[in-house]
Amino acid sequence: MTQKTVNDFSITVGTSNGSGSQTSNLTILRALFKMGIPVTGKNMFPSNIQGLPTWYTIRLSKDGYTARRDEHEVVVAMNPKSFERDLSDVLPGGIFFYDDSIKMPIERDDITVYPMAVKQLIKEANIPANLRTMVSNMVYVGVLAEMLGIEMEKIKMALDFHFKGKEKPVSINMGVIEASAKWAAENLEKSDPYFVEPMDKTKGLIMADGNTAAALGSIYGGVQVVGWYPITPATSLVEKMNAYLPKLRKNEDGDPTYAVVQAEDELAAVGIAIGGAFSGARSMTSTSGAGISLMGEFTGLAYFAEMPIVVWNVQRMGPSTGLPTRTSQGDLNQALYLSHGDTKHIVLLPSSARECFEFGWKAFDIAERMQTPVFVLSDLDLGQNQWISEPFDYPDAPMDRGKILWEDDMESFEAEHGKWGRYKDVDGDGIPYRTVAGNRREGSSYFARGTGHDAYANYSEAPDVWIEGMNRLVKKYETAEQYVPEAIVDNVDGASVGIIAYGSTDPAIVEARDLLAAEGVKTNYLRLRALPLTETVEKFIKENDVVFVVEMNHSGQLREILGVEYPALSTKLVSSALNNGLSLTAEWIRDDILAKKEN
Amino acid sequence: MARTNAIGLEKNDYKGAPTTLCQGCGHNSILSQIIAATYEMDMLPEDIVKFSGIGCSSKAPTYMLSRSFGFNSLHGRMPSIATGALLGDRTLTGIAMSGDGDSASIGMGQFKHIMRRNIPMVYIVANNGTYGLTKGQLSATSEVGLTLKKQGTNLLQPIDICMEAMASNATFVARSFAGDPKQVKTLLKAALRHNGTAIIDIISPCVSFNNADNSMHSYGWGKAHENPIHDLTFIPARDEITVEDFEEGTSQDVTMHDGSVIRLKKLDKDYDPTSRAAAVAMLEEAASNQELVTGLIYIDPERPSFYDVMGMSKTPLNRLTETDLRPAPETMQEINDAMF
Repeated sequence: MTQKTVNDFSITVGTSNGSGSQTSNLTILRALFKMGIPVTGKNMFPSNIQGLPTWYTIRLSKDGYTARRDEHEVVVAMNPKSFERDLSDVLPGGIFFYDDSIKMPIERDDITVYPMAVKQLIKEANIPANLRTMVSNMVYVGVLAEMLGIEMEKIKMALDFHFKGKEKPVSINMGVIEASAKWAAENLEKSDPYFVEPMDKTKGLIMADGNTAAALGSIYGGVQVVGWYPITPATSLVEKMNAYLPKLRKNEDGDPTYAVVQAEDELAAVGIAIGGAFSGARSMTSTSGAGISLMGEFTGLAYFAEMPIVVWNVQRMGPSTGLPTRTSQGDLNQALYLSHGDTKHIVLLPSSARECFEFGWKAFDIAERMQTPVFVLSDLDLGQNQWISEPFDYPDAPMDRGKILWEDDMESFEAEHGKWGRYKDVDGDGIPYRTVAGNRREGSSYFARGTGHDAYANYSEAPDVWIEGMNRLVKKYETAEQYVPEAIVDNVDGASVGIIAYGSTDPAIVEARDLLAAEGVKTNYLRLRALPLTETVEKFIKENDVVFVVEMNHSGQLREILGVEYPALSTKLVSSALNNGLSLTAEWIRDDILAKKEN
Repeated sequence: MARTNAIGLEKNDYKGAPTTLCQGCGHNSILSQIIAATYEMDMLPEDIVKFSGIGCSSKAPTYMLSRSFGFNSLHGRMPSIATGALLGDRTLTGIAMSGDGDSASIGMGQFKHIMRRNIPMVYIVANNGTYGLTKGQLSATSEVGLTLKKQGTNLLQPIDICMEAMASNATFVARSFAGDPKQVKTLLKAALRHNGTAIIDIISPCVSFNNADNSMHSYGWGKAHENPIHDLTFIPARDEITVEDFEEGTSQDVTMHDGSVIRLKKLDKDYDPTSRAAAVAMLEEAASNQELVTGLIYIDPERPSFYDVMGMSKTPLNRLTETDLRPAPETMQEINDAMF
């Protein structure tokens, strides 16, 4: 037996889509989390409802790394269709568990192989026929628990959570898990080096996915009107909202303080949000892929008519239908410039579940302050997978409703600034004062339009009026710099190589920096959290000899944006971009930076 | 001194900017009737919100009710804007102006889905069977055989707005003719009281591009072929005088959600506007006879509106404050605990 490996390996389970294996996988993940071990789970699923191969990978990292790894030390094969591939995926020295009813050759002598008597155990468990497939996935939970050392008590906690304490499903599943563990103890002999042991590294942490966090953040941000249309991987964001809103957002009469509308398409979804903004409700939509393209037309209207809306884009692979169940950061350029004509949008870039919560509520403050659409770019990996996280923080500032005038505000406005005009810049910051439909004071109304308009919202084709309006919008965008989340910089003594990244690549960057340091390359790191860019970014590029811009898209979109924004610094900017549907690994980032650094 | 209504406003308080539509455009007379109806119903202009899409019809809201908020949105997308805005403030009365291009072509999806939701608002389709603003292309409501100057002859079957509304389970379906101001106004008044989406297809001749006498959407055709299914008189809830004007046996009352009553004086004794089957059969027959059947074609005053279905609070969403909108700090711990 080689040297013992504790809490530092990956477990990959190959099952069949729609077989209910997600419950088993989450149970293992959560049990490990409760044992105090830093873990992450990644669901690699096909765009399919039932039958195609699907994988779930759990990474245990005693050092707290949560990025994806390419290596699989422990592999569980439950699906004959992916058996061969699963077998070949096991790292030399690793272990292979398989359902012993799969009769396929195993010609590897560099790994430890454990058969699992799935059929026999399920037969003995005496379970109703309709639950057998589902519950058969619990066999590997029990076998892994016994062979690796996952604590039964923690597995029970995970099942209680999953089934919300319902006794029957918990006891059926727990029965199979315990019987399988007992079977493994009696029939398998441990001859591999992989072990799980309790630690204390997850104390005080929670486990959440980005979409749930975004939904909750929006609820604490006071979301009122939601228009949405189902699309992978954004769907669960509004589904979670629907789950939590009734608990958190009823007034004293028990009436909802919100309206969520499943629209006929993404056009209507964002239209409903814009309508809500027009009458002063905090409004949002969430979408992905083709959905965001469909929203392009309305985005231009919201920008030009200055309607505050929040648009969550849980990115997937494009162009076109692309890969609906794979992750990407391919929509950055689109978010920045969406619509025909001259537009430039505010874009928020959360990189953790906790930040999805934070930006969930902040996005409304920024949208209403700036009276414009705010795009929040999450992605499938961040949005749908489970992440260990610091607990969510209650908003640390009251709501900022921005420059909104109700009946009683109009008089004092006019006393101070003269006649009110919807698009009149009286403060010199490009942000006008807005009234909203429902304001009953005579003289408060205006006619919102996507056509050319003057400061009083009247139709105008006059060239100078157009230029004036666009210049004000540019000024307004500059003003936004002081309201968006500032980039976070981590500088290291003696480092002259910089890394700029954003969003869900953060865990891989954190790990890659350690790997690079081990190679003698110290790095500074700027994690961008929003567009427009601020002076912090320019300063960071100036301070470093070379800056690698790491991102998950094909063309290096942020690299291009930075190059346009800072032409004098652009020779320092090197793109490190990969977009193949899988989240970046620390090893790939290290290797790419090392290779490009030499040139 | 100018006359005022019960809330002390003059008719001028309901007017808009001077029209830039063509002289004689049917849309202008629709606007006049909206102004007249809202004035006569003593509605506060600030309680009304106007919506439109893109096209000649959609420019029209500028030329009425300038004291009301308005949103001239995107081509075919008005219904979603209206849905959001009215959800944001359910105490507003929505009046939407659309056209045949806006609703029967690019916006067919949104047109049908707002009826499905039954958002309370008046939805007027100013239907001229042509694209006016882009200078006279054939539209989806153009009749077979219509010949326009530069476009040639339409060979495709037209879409019937009212039939589409019936198919989408609309709760109020009416058709009128811009040249019949009395009927337009009466239907508008009924629509304004309806607790759901009220569709009024108003044949509105385009004097510039589609007014040949052989066109169904022309003044000449309209006047000659108009076939009112019944006379309609709207009786506001606060007015109880007009009953004796109507003979028993020839009228039918429909109670609106607010208690006001529309009285239908049938030309055809058997026509029942509360019967879906009758409405659809009547539309089929009229289409085969190439007749403009005008009047209230169908009404279902009982079906709950979207607000009812959603169980929405009587307090409009836009009047809620941070206390209502942000869950209390003590809920945060509970939420974090629920995350596992």
